[in-house]
Formats: sequence, C-alpha cells, structure tokens
Amino acid sequence: MTSKSQELLNWIDARFPLTSLWKEHLSEYYAPKNFNFWYYFGSLALLVLVIQIVTGIFLVMHYKPDASLNSAGIPVAFASVEYIMRDVPGGWIIRYMHSTGASAFFIVVYLHMFRGLLYGSYRKPRELVWIFGSLIFLCLMAEAFMGYLLPWGQMSYWGAQVIVNLFSAIPLIGPDLSLWIRGDYVIGDATLNRFFAFHVIAVPLVLLGLVVAHVIALHEVGSLNPDGIEIKKKKDANGIPLDGIPFHPYYTVKDIVGVVVFLIFFAAVMFFAPDGGGYFLEANNFFPADPMKTPPHIAPVWYFTPFYSMLRAVTSDFLVVLQLFVGWIWVWALMRAPAIGKLIATVIAVLVIGGMFFIDAKFWGVVMMGAGVVVIAFLPWLDRSPVKSIRYKGALTKIAITIFVVVFAILGYLGVLPPSPARNLVAQICTVLYFLFFALMPIYSKLESTKPEPERVTWK
Amino acid sequence: MKFLRSLAAATLMLPLLATASDVEIKLDKAPVSFDQKALQHGAKLFVNYCLNCHGASSLRYNRLRDIGLTEDQIRDNLMFTTDKIGDQMKVALPRDDAKNWFGAAPPDLSVIARARASELGSGPDWLYSYLRGFYRDAERPTGWNNRVFDNVGMPHVLWELQGDQVARFVTEDDGHGNKTKRLDKLELVKPGVMSPAEYDQSVADLVSFLVWMGEPAQNTRKQIGYAVIGVLIVLGLLSYAMKKAFWKDIH
Repeated sequence: MTSKSQELLNWIDARFPLTSLWKEHLSEYYAPKNFNFWYYFGSLALLVLVIQIVTGIFLVMHYKPDASLNSAGIPVAFASVEYIMRDVPGGWIIRYMHSTGASAFFIVVYLHMFRGLLYGSYRKPRELVWIFGSLIFLCLMAEAFMGYLLPWGQMSYWGAQVIVNLFSAIPLIGPDLSLWIRGDYVIGDATLNRFFAFHVIAVPLVLLGLVVAHVIALHEVGSLNPDGIEIKKKKDANGIPLDGIPFHPYYTVKDIVGVVVFLIFFAAVMFFAPDGGGYFLEANNFFPADPMKTPPHIAPVWYFTPFYSMLRAVTSDFLVVLQLFVGWIWVWALMRAPAIGKLIATVIAVLVIGGMFFIDAKFWGVVMMGAGVVVIAFLPWLDRSPVKSIRYKGALTKIAITIFVVVFAILGYLGVLPPSPARNLVAQICTVLYFLFFALMPIYSKLESTKPEPERVTWK
Repeated sequence: MKFLRSLAAATLMLPLLATASDVEIKLDKAPVSFDQKALQHGAKLFVNYCLNCHGASSLRYNRLRDIGLTEDQIRDNLMFTTDKIGDQMKVALPRDDAKNWFGAAPPDLSVIARARASELGSGPDWLYSYLRGFYRDAERPTGWNNRVFDNVGMPHVLWELQGDQVARFVTEDDGHGNKTKRLDKLELVKPGVMSPAEYDQSVADLVSFLVWMGEPAQNTRKQIGYAVIGVLIVLGLLSYAMKKAFWKDIH
C-alpha cells in the first residue's frame, strides 16, 4: 500500500474502527473450511435483500399508492404498475426483478433455514442467531404480505381482505382491531397507503436491524459446519482454528460462484417466465381490485401456503384433536418438566383447552398459523441430541425430517388449491404431523443412538 | 447425501396428491403469432371492433411502432379516439352509460391476456375460445350467449364476420338419476362474411395482438434475457476459476 493511502487509512482508523471491523468480520473471521452446497444460501439471502431494496427504491419513484379510479376507470395504483411496465425506461426490468426477488427471497430463506435444521445450526451457543433468524422470517412474511397489496389487483385486494379479517376472530378486541388495521370498513385507500408506508420503510428498517444482529451474533460465536462440531476447540499456536479459513478471500470468492449460479436461475425466471407459472405473479392479480366482486378462489402467494393450509385445517370438528394434543403435552410437562415448565404448560393448557369451548375455530386457525411460524424459534430447546449434525444423528431424526419436509410440501401444495373435504382431512393430518415433528423432538432426538462426531471436520 | 436423495424422491411423489378437478369447459389452443403482419391485422381488428367499448388505457398509440407501423400509418388508420399520437388508447364511452347498457362496464383490456389464465388454460386460449364461442340465445337481452363465459353481458361484436352459431345441447344422466343439460357443440347455421377458417385466423391475430399488448416489452425481454444469461455463464466460469485458484492450498 502506498504511504498516502496508508496515511488516509490511519486517519480513519484513529476515528472509526474500519480496519478492525474488516478484520473481525472478513479477513480474520475464521469459517470452517468444509462448507457444502447448503451454506450458499446465507450470502444469497443477503444478495436478494440488496436486490429488493435497490429495485424497491426505483419502484417507489414511479409507483402511486392511490386506490381512486383514473379517467379510464382503473385504480391509479394498478395503472401505475403498468405505467412502470411500459412507459418507465427499463421499468419492466426493475419491476420483474422485484417480483421475482420476492419469491426468490423465500426460496433462499427456506433453504437457509433447512440447512440450519439439517446441521443443527440452532444449537447452543447459536440460539440467538436462530432467534434473530426466526424474527427475520417473521418480518419477511409481513413485508411480503404488505407488498403484495400494492399492485392493487384482485388477489392483492382479496388476499389482504381475508388475512386482515382473520384478526376479527380475536375475542373482544377482534372487530375493532381489524378495523384499526384497515383504517376503513373494507380494504381501501387508507389500507393501501399504510401498507405502502410499512412496506417501504417500517418493516425494511426492522429487517435490516435484525439482519445486522443476526450476522453480529453469528460472528460472535462463529459458524457451524456440516459436521456440527466446533472448530474453535482445535486451535494452532496463534489461536487460529485449525479447520478455519479466513472468510475473505476464501468464502468471498466461493460465494461469488454461488451468486453467479443463483443469478443464472434468477435471470432465467425473470426474463423467460416472470409469472413463475402463475405462482410468482398470479393471473387473477392482473384484474384491478374490485371491492364488489369476490373471486371464486382466493389463494395466497405460494410462500405463505403451508401456513395458510394450517389455518384452513382448523375447523370446528378439528378442535377436539387440538385439545387432545395440548392436553397430552400438558400431562407430559406435568410429569417431566421443571416447576416453571409445569406452570407455563398449565396456564397454556387451561387457556387453550378451555378457550376452544367458547371461541370460534377461525380464531384457533389464526393461532395455529402463528404457532406454525413461532414454533420454529424453539428448536434450540427441543433438540436434545448429543450431536448436532444430521450426519451423526440416528434413523429417528432422519425419518422425522423426511416426514417434516414432505408434510410441509403437501401443506404448501394444498394451500394453493381450493378446499374440499378430502383435502381438508389431508391438511389436518399434515398439520398434526408438522407439530408432532417439534413436539416429539425432545423424545426422539434423545432416544435414538447416534454416531460419534469426528475430532476434525471432514469433506463429504 | 444418501439421506438427501431419498428425501428428494419422497418429495417427488407429491404430485400424486393432485386430484383431477372437474373441468367442464374445454379451451382451444390459441395459435399465437408475433409475426408483424398478424399483429398489425390484430391491431386493426382491435381498434375497429373492441376499442369502441373496451379501453386499453395502459397502451399508447405510438407504441404500435413496435409492431412495425409508422406514426403516419397509426395516425391515418388506427386513431379514432384522439389526435395525439402519445395518448393512451381510451374509449369515449362513459363508464356509467356502459354499466347501464351492459350490466357491467366493459373491462379495460390492457392486460386481459395475462389476467385470463386459469386452471382451464392460458389467457390467450381463453380469449381465443371465448371470441369463437358466441351462440344465439333468445333468452339473453343481447340475443347472444357464450360457451366459455355463460350469460356474458357482451354481445357478439364480430357476428358479421363469423355468422350465427347455435348451441346443440345433450341431456346427460349425472349418475344420481338427474338429467342435466350440457352444451355439446356449436353449429354455424348462418355463415358470415368470413369462412370458419378465415374467422379463426382473424381471431388468432386479434388474440396475438392482445397478448402483445399485455406486455409490449416481452420480445425485448427475451432478447435481453439471452444476453444476460450468456454473460452470467462466462462470469460463472471465470469466478469458478478464481475460486479454484484461491482454494488450491485448502485440503
């Protein structure tokens, strides 16, 4: 480095920890050398976040959150999206990047979470990394939900109507709450404007903060790896993990390969099938929102459908199954849990089992959907296996994860279809299996025989 | 990896869960062509027959240059609603009147080809079947009904071209002893100006134009797409070589 630039760097370092930040998070952050395919999705999620923010900024320059009708009888918001698609130079590229990015975000994040599930990335001492991640997932769902209202098509409108109406199922405060969220008696201009505000600034702000917290927490404890063993246990004379390599340049150059391969897939969808077969951009959403015309079948976008299926699965005759389920966990907690666990389980069991006699199934559907998301955050305390990685866990875990993935996919698939009695039954079975995966984890993860973990990381 | 393979296999079994839905309306495959002659013919049909009631308010007249027309050609042959080439294709018909006459204001057609896709078929397939599916029905206020869109408010605007079709119904047993009437086929009883083959071709051109109109940039999109993916593949090879070079000492 020339002395002039060194001088500048010194000047900055005396005032801001630039060099030490660079070292701490990149050039001297030691990551295990045996990351495999599944470890690309963290950096890819960051990439998609940047794509969404940058394209979003440009979309906001041309989009108008206005539900009133223009002279041709089209809602201004809907027309402004088509204006971006046609009259704004390069507008269609920006818009398709953003709409494809939304689905890509969920694909990448689901795979990123699945990686955590496979290799036990949530285990001690990475509980906070996992919890921040779960909150990011929650934020992402809120962000996607509110963003989907903005094109102001039929699915935007009725999807929001269905979801906001769910809040009215909450006892006592429900109707007022959903009115308060909408700002009107139906989804309208007030709703569109507040969702716009949340989508472009409120939620992204929280999201960015959580991403920073997620990365800081990760770098505090260090990355795990497909073997699920701590590389910090074996260090050389300089205190550097023997199986660790500096993130920069090794993983920066490796992740660049991942980024380019991802972008090839991304470009293939964006340029050749931006509708994503009707799953990324739903056909019905090309009809402008019409408060007087309810579509025969309202389907959420694909990334919400597993949880939407859980919501729909909760019918009044299904409540007794849930009561038994909660009762069983209660009894189990009374026998095995520490005093505080007994207390919490009792309070929850009394509220839920008792409540189900008085409150509508619709409300419990909402609770179920919420629980389906929140339960993921509890994984660090549910997994009691002596080993972290799937590589050394026993058959029970492998069977459980297989069932879990299949069940999640079935729920997702059912969520895009209109309901029928047979499908509802399948959804109910799958919902129970989904929760059993978590509820039984303390048992099967402890019960099964595991293989011994290696001393050092392996290449597989 | 063995575990992941079996997982993938189990997931692939999922489509078996799909139950055949009871689809009643069969759509015909629309022969969409982006040939400029076809699009220009479609544009001509559109402004003459559709634009009286339906707007295409997201499309500007001068965008028709993209289908090979000059501004003078557009101005002289296709512009009936305005004298400014940069104007949007709007209708003069007041929406309230339209609502009174037809029961519903005719929808704007800017993105209709994208909106009409459903489990029955693609958007163009729906439009192609719809525009060929009108039949005489004395019970309807307009005297027309439609095979694809039952009790449609729109009359058969292209009837002079196609002629009169009537519906032949068959009575079927639904398996529970109930007789139901099902539309079996349409029969041309009075020929129009065009032969059936000519009419189908004209509708195909019109539908092609509607598809183009749904996203005028779609051809550009694909062309840019090939270039982008080409560049990315080169970039991928280079970045892989770079990764290899950096990682050669990591074992």
